[in-house]
Amino acid sequence: MASTTLYSQRDPMLKKRDDFEDILEERRNSSDLKYAVRCYAPVLYKGLTPCKANMLKSMVLQSDHLRYVINQVSQESGEAPDIIHEEASVILEEMAHRLKISTVRFFAFTLTKAFKTLFQHICVNEEGIHRLQQAIQEHPVVLLPSHRSYMDFLLMSYILYTYDLALPVIAAGMDFMGMKFIGEMLRMSGAFFIRRSFGGDKLYWAVFSEYVKTMLRNGFAPIEFFLEGTRSRTCKSLTPKIGLLNIVMEPFFKGEVFDVHLVPISISYERILEESLYARELLGVPKPKESTSGLLKARRILSENYGSIHVYFGQPVSIRSLAQDKVNRCKYNLVPRHIPRKPTKETQSFVTDTAYRIVRLQEDSMVLKPWVLMASILLQNLEGLELSLLTEQTLWLRGLAQSCGAFLDWPDHTPSAKVVSSSLALHRGLVCVSGGRVSLVLGEPQGLVTPEEALFNRAVSVLSCASYRNQILHVFIRPAILAVAIHNAASSKKDEVFNCFSFLCKMFSDEFILCPGDTVQDFEEACYLLVKSGSVQTLQQNIVVTDRGQSTLSFLNGLLESFLQGYQVVCQYFCEEACDSLTEKQYIPAVRSFAVKLILAGNLRCYEVLSSDMQKNALAALLRLGAVSKVKVADQVTLKVNKLAVNSLEDTLGGRLPTQKAVLARL
Amino acid sequence: MFVCYGVLVMLHPNIGLLLNGFNEHLLPTRQEIMKWNGWGYSDSKFLFNKKGQAEFTGKRYRLSGMILPSLQDWFENTFGASVKQHKSPATPSLNAGALPPANLNEAFLQDLTATGIPFSHEADDRVFRAHGHCLHEIFALREGRGFQRVPDMVTWPNCHNDVVKIVELACKHNVCVIPYGGGTSVTGALECPPEEMRCIVSLDTSQMNRILWIDEKNLVARIEAGIIGQDLERLLNEGGYCTGHEPDSMEFSSLGGWVATRASGMKKNVYGNIEDLVVHIKVVTPRGVMEKSCQGPRMSTGPDVHHFILGSEGTLGVVTEVTMKIRPIPEYRKYGSVVFPNFEAGVACLREVAKQRCAPASIRLMDNEQFQFGHALKPQVSSIFTSFVEGLKKFYITKFKGFDPHQLCVATLLFEGDRERVLQHEKQVYDIAAKFGGLAAGEDNGQRGYILTFVIAYLRDLGLDYYVVAESFETSVPWDRVLDLCRNVKERIIRECKERGVQFQPLTSCRVTQTYDAGACVYFYFAFNYRGLADPVHTYEQVEHAARDEILANGGSLSHHHGVGKLRKEWMKESISDVGLGMLRSVKEYVDPDNIFGNRNLL
Repeated sequence: MASTTLYSQRDPMLKKRDDFEDILEERRNSSDLKYAVRCYAPVLYKGLTPCKANMLKSMVLQSDHLRYVINQVSQESGEAPDIIHEEASVILEEMAHRLKISTVRFFAFTLTKAFKTLFQHICVNEEGIHRLQQAIQEHPVVLLPSHRSYMDFLLMSYILYTYDLALPVIAAGMDFMGMKFIGEMLRMSGAFFIRRSFGGDKLYWAVFSEYVKTMLRNGFAPIEFFLEGTRSRTCKSLTPKIGLLNIVMEPFFKGEVFDVHLVPISISYERILEESLYARELLGVPKPKESTSGLLKARRILSENYGSIHVYFGQPVSIRSLAQDKVNRCKYNLVPRHIPRKPTKETQSFVTDTAYRIVRLQEDSMVLKPWVLMASILLQNLEGLELSLLTEQTLWLRGLAQSCGAFLDWPDHTPSAKVVSSSLALHRGLVCVSGGRVSLVLGEPQGLVTPEEALFNRAVSVLSCASYRNQILHVFIRPAILAVAIHNAASSKKDEVFNCFSFLCKMFSDEFILCPGDTVQDFEEACYLLVKSGSVQTLQQNIVVTDRGQSTLSFLNGLLESFLQGYQVVCQYFCEEACDSLTEKQYIPAVRSFAVKLILAGNLRCYEVLSSDMQKNALAALLRLGAVSKVKVADQVTLKVNKLAVNSLEDTLGGRLPTQKAVLARL
Repeated sequence: MFVCYGVLVMLHPNIGLLLNGFNEHLLPTRQEIMKWNGWGYSDSKFLFNKKGQAEFTGKRYRLSGMILPSLQDWFENTFGASVKQHKSPATPSLNAGALPPANLNEAFLQDLTATGIPFSHEADDRVFRAHGHCLHEIFALREGRGFQRVPDMVTWPNCHNDVVKIVELACKHNVCVIPYGGGTSVTGALECPPEEMRCIVSLDTSQMNRILWIDEKNLVARIEAGIIGQDLERLLNEGGYCTGHEPDSMEFSSLGGWVATRASGMKKNVYGNIEDLVVHIKVVTPRGVMEKSCQGPRMSTGPDVHHFILGSEGTLGVVTEVTMKIRPIPEYRKYGSVVFPNFEAGVACLREVAKQRCAPASIRLMDNEQFQFGHALKPQVSSIFTSFVEGLKKFYITKFKGFDPHQLCVATLLFEGDRERVLQHEKQVYDIAAKFGGLAAGEDNGQRGYILTFVIAYLRDLGLDYYVVAESFETSVPWDRVLDLCRNVKERIIRECKERGVQFQPLTSCRVTQTYDAGACVYFYFAFNYRGLADPVHTYEQVEHAARDEILANGGSLSHHHGVGKLRKEWMKESISDVGLGMLRSVKEYVDPDNIFGNRNLL
């Protein structure tokens, strides 16, 4: 049975991973056209014939579930059921995919052309493909790729087509539909579109969930969606959204299918197409609305080298195995299955837990390039450092990363100086080497720029660079939090360190993938890794840093430094500047200009606090911890600040105040 | 569940068996004509003869003495078994040394002797009443292992008053009483609790087998609870009546056992289940005798106390006499069958039949595996003409109508009533079937389906001779979940077998055996070749356990008619809630505070 023990191997060094094959290689040596028109006959779920899009729609519209909700909505609104039914039909029309093999072939042709120009290699683990092929035949399959780029879902379909696997139907954000022609093309290659927010719309939810479930129950096609909900602009995994996961699990809970298999897929880009776009977006330059002409402008990027892509298809995870002893399916026996119900607490926490597990599985199989190590070091040396020192430190970090289980793609049989220099060459837009010294490109110095503009330019570089460092955070996050906890704790007593650790986990649970409720486990994992690397020793309930552990701990501390500072700046803002009538909308610009002031005044050297992602996460943390609360005034939401609480959080983060006895402490 | 074996051995009239119209014996040692380590009559069994052909021995059943040419192939292909090479024969007789010595209560024995009620503590008598027909019980017997705990003595009361005396003495001397009817329990209900230190008395009801009176004005009969199903039916038939209660075990199971397990009969659509048939129950408990004061057809006098007894599984007392509804024997009876392209269509048809409330006396839907199995049990065809007709039928269904032989399934039907109504009814059902793609497939197929019901139990013994373990279990489930439940349970079994190291693909098969307004009863068969397994019974039990979990998770009940016994006790709390269980416990505590009826079933 698929992976009953997801983390059975305690030592991450021992993780076994498959080898990769480059799928572009064959494309470079044979006809693209032939490839696009070749025979495509994927294996299907238990020999099922794929269903015509129209038949699928009528199945959805005639389902008991939808009929029930239509009647309900009709009773509540006083509209005739026919009209509501019509509405449902319109929603479905707007949503549904219209997979067409000809469109797929068109994409197969054009994408091959594009991929060959953009990327050196597209590497796929073929064993994962074989596992997937097996899984598709036996159970409904849900593909869960990581989401870093627009490329992701085209790439996924492209790979599945290449390997003659059933093409997925993909949940895509409605914003794509704005791109008229492309939107329809995507629809015909299997995308279906969902509105970004439809919180209270019962009918929309019903149509949407029934559509997904119908496809799942009948195994018409693998379903693909992004657990993270949206592209991560920071290259750090986003905390998972559980709405869709809930939907695809329900048919299992209700016994409508024997099992559902979730396949975590890690897509790692050596360079992301949207690299600098993201940094600007995070700094408050609004995201360009998706438009076809915008995409065409993006052709400029075709002339650049984006390195290689690694796509790792993970071991399919059986929901049945995961849910064993965790979800009592009998709970679903007492209400007809077509009547929608809120998931129980038990179910909800199971789904959340699963979502985190899957994201962690995605992270675990993310392929990391040497540049990621270098970026992490450079960010701790913003003033730049000697090339030889950078090489030396990169090698040191490589050892540490590997002992923590990083999936590092370090070229074999290549001198390390060469590895470093070719990474620098690929990322020459971000980093420059002059006089044997390596430093970040900190904006164009020429011309007349205001201090704000200069700051902004530096911030773009830092955030771009951070997006690479972020890729390795999942490897170090637990040891790094422990390092900070050791640093901040009043003593080396294990339970005090744990209190501190637990506080930081709570504080950063929107920032990093830390499954709520796993704190004890995370702590043990962190201790294990640091003890194993010889950085700390545990002596009679004390955690003591060893001599040779100093450098490791200082690196790990440095890794989280910007986050600690960033959150403190947000706290500081709330204590010093925020007025009573601060609305949610005003928050981001306000905190940004607060930070800009601090930086310009020379009181702050942390650029990452300018990132709206960090600002949002910090606010979410403060809201979650009750230091800030939302108050609805008229039709605006304002933020009410409990200054005392914010202040104490700020001081605890800075290590100036001992951590309050955490409720979780039970070691 | 109780059952008594053929004190009057006769065969079921409906299945046209050979009748021996005399009492084989009236001695309490009925085990002489029954297998001691398997199902049914000693003279009836499946075997592979010297030519390697399967045959069914004896003269009792329609299949008796016939050669079954396709069984061997089916058997070997289905289970990966080998008739020639891999035999696992049973030990020929019980190793009496393995039997724990009788732990007799002398004072009780003395008082019992004074009453004149017969009793025995012979080894054979005790072992025979120490078990039902669960796989682990039969397996242990075949291996000559016997049981950890068996009754210390057996007693044969002759009437209600005898039972009253026995129970009084049991209370006085604190001995444990386990009522025994027909011995066909498949829930471990007859097993003696190993931790029971008191003397265990098996109270065998087989001598209480009379029809006390028949009331033709109200169409009820007063019957002693030890009577065996087929005897009851035969005796009533003599007067032109029947009860219509025909559980598959009716050759051997007893009226008291039916009451104690909430039994269900094949023809419940016309006659009702046991709880619908019973008008009055007399039961002897440690607190005294409980019975209602009248035989009104329905009462509003608080919760029906009969329902404490129905399904009590021998934990509260002994049912001694029952007043039961009877009906005139139907004028006309007709079998029928329908072939469906697949199981889904079949279930949809049965659902529609239930919706229109026009179910025949019996309607059962077999899945494809069972359909194929039924084929394997076809006797040698005597004439070329028959085989030609068979061939034509097959051609018509699979080639002309395009049914996939690995998908199609069959419903068997039994209609009863006056001729005209039966024919009308038949048409109505076939019309519904046609809407779901069903094709009428003849009376023969239908009739054979019902004959198989009685011989199928014998097949397990054949399997056990060749390393194949098999068992059946059942549930009831709302209509909308029938298909999901069947699919998931089968898949779960296959999955569990694989995980537990079963080397061969298991056989899983199900049939819908009863229809109700709100759901259906589903019956599963499950068997596998256990070669290479260290402890096949344990493996089997783990798989069955998982299958039951799966049933419950899919909205099925803990049991439709087999009962709970000891096999399914662990799920009772989950099934009826803490409070529900508390209610049952408080009844037990009041009625039997000293746990005289100490078989420890149910609660």
